[in-house]
Amino acid sequence: MSLLIDDEIYERVSRLDIPFNRYGLDPYGISRDHLGFFFTSLGWFYRNYFNVTAIGLENIPEREGAFIIGNHSGGIPVDAGMVLTSLVLDLDPPRLGHAMVEKFANKLPFLSQYYSRFGQFTGIPEHAKRFLREGRLVVAFPEGVRGIGKLYSERYQLTRFGTGFMRIALEAGVPVIPFAFVGGEEAYPVISRLEGIGKLVGAPFIPVPRHIIPVPVPISCQIIYGEPMYFEGNGSEADEVIFGYVAQVKARVASLIEEGRELRRELFSGEIVLDEDDV
Amino acid sequence: MKVLITGISGKLGRLVASALIERGHQILGIDRRPWPGAPEGVEMFNADIRKRPAEDVFRTRRPDAVIHMATVSHFESHAEERYRINLKGTQAVFDNCHKYEVERCIFVGRHTYYGAAPDSPLYHSEDDPPEAISTFPELADLVAADLYAGSALWRYPELKTTVLRMCYTLGPSHHGTLAQFLRGSRVPTVLGFDPLYQFLHEKDAASAVTAALCEGSPGVFNVSGPQPVPLSVLIKVTGRTNWRIPEPLFNSMLGRFGLPRLPPGAVNHVKFPVVVDSEPFQKDTGFQYSYDEVRAMEAFASI
Repeated sequence: MSLLIDDEIYERVSRLDIPFNRYGLDPYGISRDHLGFFFTSLGWFYRNYFNVTAIGLENIPEREGAFIIGNHSGGIPVDAGMVLTSLVLDLDPPRLGHAMVEKFANKLPFLSQYYSRFGQFTGIPEHAKRFLREGRLVVAFPEGVRGIGKLYSERYQLTRFGTGFMRIALEAGVPVIPFAFVGGEEAYPVISRLEGIGKLVGAPFIPVPRHIIPVPVPISCQIIYGEPMYFEGNGSEADEVIFGYVAQVKARVASLIEEGRELRRELFSGEIVLDEDDV
Repeated sequence: MKVLITGISGKLGRLVASALIERGHQILGIDRRPWPGAPEGVEMFNADIRKRPAEDVFRTRRPDAVIHMATVSHFESHAEERYRINLKGTQAVFDNCHKYEVERCIFVGRHTYYGAAPDSPLYHSEDDPPEAISTFPELADLVAADLYAGSALWRYPELKTTVLRMCYTLGPSHHGTLAQFLRGSRVPTVLGFDPLYQFLHEKDAASAVTAALCEGSPGVFNVSGPQPVPLSVLIKVTGRTNWRIPEPLFNSMLGRFGLPRLPPGAVNHVKFPVVVDSEPFQKDTGFQYSYDEVRAMEAFASI
């Protein structure tokens, strides 16, 4: 086994409900070895750097499809990687989440290649529908790039939620699992968005953090998963109905964020100490 | 059944003809190329599908069914010639089918119809639009032929038409677009990109065409077999060397250093995948592949 792949994590990756062929590749080109490397690297950040605590993982279904929806934050979106890692490292049986990746990423060399091997595909409705129909987990941030561009002064305020995810969830007949990711905005407090330079590299903007160097600082983060939300419909409902449903999800995410911030205050003030038995 | 196959001397044409003879059908073949050693039961006509001698075959021999696979790719012909063969030829075949009351027509098209772009979905359904016209403009003639063939479904409703959008084929014959790309010992790829490639063993491709004729319904169907593999795996398993070229240099390196010559538009198809969902076809015909992706690659590599 390569030095870059942790045995324990590789074992968890091998237990994923994915039909790998002789080369360890699934029909989407997702690679077992690449996943081992991906989650070994992310796992180090998850356990050591951001010291992530995931709460409410029992809300994730064991086999069925679900749309996992939460707040986006922190310039460089470490939230997506940490949510995916929590599903592999702290969930039993482990599950692979498919994050809906911003379109520009697939145009960039290496990112395009590796994201595909890691099971992270361009966020288009066709991909989400397909994965959900197949009973997989899809992770999306309906705030999109609006979410990661939030300035530190706007932290933990939700920007407008896109509504596409709700129509897809209804059409696929899967629940929405809301979550809050707390800590990302302290790890990468954005003070400015450089749009001109961003365009040069094909990204929407370059987020400048307060500490200038574009690397998140090691700050403890929390993920709080809420109970599954079920909605009536088939995805062809009028906009007013969909807006109402999305508002419910947004409100739930907002209240989970508050729970998470409360938890952080208690953690930092030393009122409670979380160890693995509590989670 | 009396089956006329256009483009019969191509590898796939020969395999389909042989498979149909085994099933007891009578075969007529039209091609400008000869088929030396054609099996008994195949009647060959050396003709151009757009010309009168080809129409004579329709008029005098009155086939019950036509399998049209006389199309060419950018590896074989220049733009003007491709347009003439692919679009005008397809038009002539469908006109003749209508005029001489053919009952069944199968057009064998290509899955590259869907094109490859950074935001195109994996696993295209038949409803997806033909993005190849913008991602790979040199495929426009094939896209047009596909759409023209599909229009026979409403223009000539009495002619039961099936359009097959078939993925690449691979096998010991080394024929076909993908085989041409992999022909040399060095295969060019774009540094930082490793798209999925979807292919069928050529024998499976032939049995898919046969299944479409004997078991299938009219309509438009994607045809694929085993799961796709990344291009890098395909290159490795077939014993080639992967030349990872930075994109700005890609087009200028083609045709040199033993690398294949590709049209400028091809770069998108070396960067991004074209993968189709063929579940409707499998349900309609009961087609199942017998060579998985590993055996198909090994069959190609072993020669």
